[in-house]
Amino acid sequence: MSPVIKKRGEKFTIPSKYLLLALTILCTVLMLITFGTDVFNRPLNAVVGRVIVPFQQGIGKLGGWLANRSEELVQIRDLLEENQRLRQEIAQLTEENTLLQQDKYELNQLRALIELDEQYESYHKVGARIIGRDTGNWYSSFIIDKGEDDGLAVDMNVIAGGGLVGRITATGPNWSRITSIISDNSNVSAMTLASEDNMIVSGNLQLMTENSISFSQLVDSLNTAVVGDKVVTSNISDKYLPNILIGYINSIETDANNLTKSGRITPAVDFEHLGEVLVITDLKQSVDGE
Amino acid sequence: MLRKFTVAIFILVCFLLQSSVLGSIAFAGIIPNLMIILTSSFGFMRGEKEGLVIGFVCGLLSDIFFGDFLGFYALLLMYTGFLNGKFSRIFYPEDIKLPIALIVTSDLSYGLICYTLMFLLRSRLQFTYYFGHVILPEALYTTVATLFLYPLILKVNEKLEAHEKRRAQKFV
Repeated sequence: MSPVIKKRGEKFTIPSKYLLLALTILCTVLMLITFGTDVFNRPLNAVVGRVIVPFQQGIGKLGGWLANRSEELVQIRDLLEENQRLRQEIAQLTEENTLLQQDKYELNQLRALIELDEQYESYHKVGARIIGRDTGNWYSSFIIDKGEDDGLAVDMNVIAGGGLVGRITATGPNWSRITSIISDNSNVSAMTLASEDNMIVSGNLQLMTENSISFSQLVDSLNTAVVGDKVVTSNISDKYLPNILIGYINSIETDANNLTKSGRITPAVDFEHLGEVLVITDLKQSVDGE
Repeated sequence: MLRKFTVAIFILVCFLLQSSVLGSIAFAGIIPNLMIILTSSFGFMRGEKEGLVIGFVCGLLSDIFFGDFLGFYALLLMYTGFLNGKFSRIFYPEDIKLPIALIVTSDLSYGLICYTLMFLLRSRLQFTYYFGHVILPEALYTTVATLFLYPLILKVNEKLEAHEKRRAQKFV
């Protein structure tokens, strides 16, 4: 008798093991296809984005509102105290400010001299709100509330608070996924700002709880890199724009091969408390036609 | 129809909770896995087929938003649902021990498989660290979440079954 049983008057049903087999094959095929290409991502991302993202946005807004209200209540007393202290600080800062303004004038002149105008300010940026976090405990990625409709695309760099957060790895019409630089599957080509020595900065799950990331393959033949040095994205990275701050060297060790160094970096961004991010809509220039 | 709608709501709410609210009540950066609770509960309450379909949908949702390629979590959760469905024959609603044991086992094996395929293969060999800091805390936290979520699922399922029974009698 056929295993696909059909009695009269009964609804047609597939036994579970056949359904399992069919879906297993479907999953395997999907994995094989989407490993290299993203044929299915576009329609699926669109459909799921329309259904899920509005809810996430709502929850994000509600959560933010509640957090703000509770914080307000707690902070009123502190604020009074702080106000007193800040008044004193203002007086001090006004004085410092005049000094700094003089310095700035000087800096501008010097910058003009060496034509160093390639700062962050020249990039086009779009603000976005984080509305979801990775549902698993293995990697670190975020969902933001802007997507293709707002002109975002895969590989765009994301910054917050002056430091690098990560880059966009998937987009839907109204959402995008950011893979952060502290995620275990992320590697960034970087360099020290002072000596322009290249290195690889990789996220690490073990270090994630200590809020630091690791770097390796730093060729520092002149021994100039020290703890506290600024690390920025390198000129030779093919995804990241140059000179975006990643963080500061936290510890440094010479590798067993005596040629390269590795160690840890404290990121400039506080990944625990991210609310809004800036997406740089300029893409790194790449050489086409490989 | 009502059942499909209810299950869809359950999946949606669990996914939203897991991707937003749970992040802010995480202990040591670890969040419980509500998808596993949902998949295995419906697996052992309703049988292999419903378990595997719900697992597939839950997994596909995670894949689309957070996976590098489609199908990985879908496959994993589908088998979780299917294997939990094997236990539907010895499941009694009054007994809480079997559900908890099944959910913990599911979550532990889910964690171990994730570690093996996503970390061990990239030569992250410190198994004890990952077991102690990710897999075990997740399983424990999931158990705590089970104590809240499972009675709700059970209650809703009983209501649905009663509703279906009434409808079936009406047609006779």
